[in-house]
Amino acid sequence: MQNLLDIRQLEKRFGDQVVLRGVNLQVTADRITGLIGPSGSGKTTLIKTALGMEKSSGGSATVLGKTMPNRLALAKMGYMAQSDALYLDLTARENLQFFGQMKGLTGTKLKDDVEHVAGIVDLTTSLDKRVQAFSGGMKRRLSLAIALLASPQLLILDEPTVGIDPALSKQIWAELKRRRDAGCGVLVTTHVMSEAEQVDSVALLMQGTIIANDTPQNLKKQYQVDSIEGVFLKAEKEVED
Amino acid sequence: MRTLAITNRIVKELSRDKRTLALLFLAPIFIMWLLSIMFSANTKPHVTIGTYNVSSALVQRMDKVKNVKTKEYDSKAAAQRALKDYQVDSIVTKNGSDYHVRYANIDSTKTALSRQAFQLALQRTQATATQRTIHKLAATLPASVQAQFGQQSSAIPSVKSSYQYGDHNTNFFSKVIPVFMGFFVFFFVFLISGIGLLKERTSGTLDRLLATPVRRGEIVAGYMISYGAVAILQTVVIVATTIWLLKVEVVGSLFWVFVINFLLSLVALALGIFISTFASSEFQMVQFIPLVVLPQIFFSGLVPLSGMPSWTVAVSKILPLTYASNAMNDVILKGGGFNAIAGDLCALLIFGIIFVVLNIIGLKRYRKV
Repeated sequence: MQNLLDIRQLEKRFGDQVVLRGVNLQVTADRITGLIGPSGSGKTTLIKTALGMEKSSGGSATVLGKTMPNRLALAKMGYMAQSDALYLDLTARENLQFFGQMKGLTGTKLKDDVEHVAGIVDLTTSLDKRVQAFSGGMKRRLSLAIALLASPQLLILDEPTVGIDPALSKQIWAELKRRRDAGCGVLVTTHVMSEAEQVDSVALLMQGTIIANDTPQNLKKQYQVDSIEGVFLKAEKEVED
Repeated sequence: MRTLAITNRIVKELSRDKRTLALLFLAPIFIMWLLSIMFSANTKPHVTIGTYNVSSALVQRMDKVKNVKTKEYDSKAAAQRALKDYQVDSIVTKNGSDYHVRYANIDSTKTALSRQAFQLALQRTQATATQRTIHKLAATLPASVQAQFGQQSSAIPSVKSSYQYGDHNTNFFSKVIPVFMGFFVFFFVFLISGIGLLKERTSGTLDRLLATPVRRGEIVAGYMISYGAVAILQTVVIVATTIWLLKVEVVGSLFWVFVINFLLSLVALALGIFISTFASSEFQMVQFIPLVVLPQIFFSGLVPLSGMPSWTVAVSKILPLTYASNAMNDVILKGGGFNAIAGDLCALLIFGIIFVVLNIIGLKRYRKV
């Protein structure tokens, strides 16, 4: 299976502070990879460095076979940041259209895709409302819809379900699984352990390195616990010792 | 294509932000109206001169000077008390054949007017006395000589004034208005564009934008086109206000006024975006105003630099507003055309290009390609 995202020996330092020390991580199609780690462990930095938004201090990252930073590789990728990052004075449709245009969609293709992703996140009826008037959950869904524009082959979502209600969280996970089944590679960061049970592969990021990367079942067996939460706590303890 | 989409988005956002629109288009009108009141107000001082023991001829002559009133006092002490209580602006007392003038000197313009009035009155009084003596002497001359005298003295020359620019109502406001027209465009575009990009950064939309295949140059170009258009509209409003509301005469072509302001706005825009990369919040952006914007006004020709240390001239050469006000002065006051302002336009263009290039490089901080 081809690696959609291939991170090798990635390092990142901010001054004296080492955030990433040689991270290896691969994301393949047909599977949801969960990047799990305590807050402040460098999950967001890992994603930003891999995408070229932060300068790496060493190592390499390739997206869809192109070594990053690469502008054109970004066209086939959907990215959803931790913050909603929406234009509040514009309507949902205008936000979608704008980012669609940035990804290179035009004409009827743009129009169809906007309707399509809005349908997926259940925002069709609110498309012409200004984002200013949106609830937190609606903003989150719109943010996801933007990441889904232009049928990306690789989806990178930074804490997509933070601060939203369980029903919406379930909807988002359902959509991620649909994408996976359609052959899309998905990388999700989270620190909600119950969500980690839903991914196909868990990558544990602690103290700047990936200390384990396996299916949830295998990890539970390896650490002799019955939940990902247990794996997390045990791994954290081992690292500290 | 992407550039136009960005332009379109910024214009849409701006058009829905009523407060910013008001700031862009109503604030300049309001401030210029205030300026015109402040600078064209009748600032001529009125003074009251207290006198003691001064001949009535002299007092009457002082009274005749415009904006001067006199008040006679019975004693020196009373006059001095009046001066102390701010009832009069100066007192004139006579001691023997000598005069003593004492000024309150709180307002230097009033002191100057008092001094002028007293000296004028004194000269005229003396001149009248001299004239009288001459008449008396003339009366003793033979009739034939007297006739010659009469013919000569009747020839008083008349003085006629005319103005190269404006008329007798032209005041300080007319001189500062070209500088302020440029300044408004510079200030508002600088602030709003800088904060615009800053908002994109703090809200995370810039990250999201840079996670798409958009070129850095396309983002900068999108900003330039949208805010350039806003600046042209703003210039129209400002020019219309100066010409029709404030009745300032523009001697040269309006076309060049627009060209200058458009170029200046591009510089302001590029500088605003550039400076915003050094600010991490809107508040910090505002902190750049006294550092970047206000000094330009001092060096931009409002105060003539010819009498100042030579380093001020050197400093003024690196500030874009200097070239804009120079060119605006040439067009509005002197009626200069392209030849007169070509050098200034060139300088503005160079500033613009430098900042645009810096911006495209500066965005590398957020994405490496």
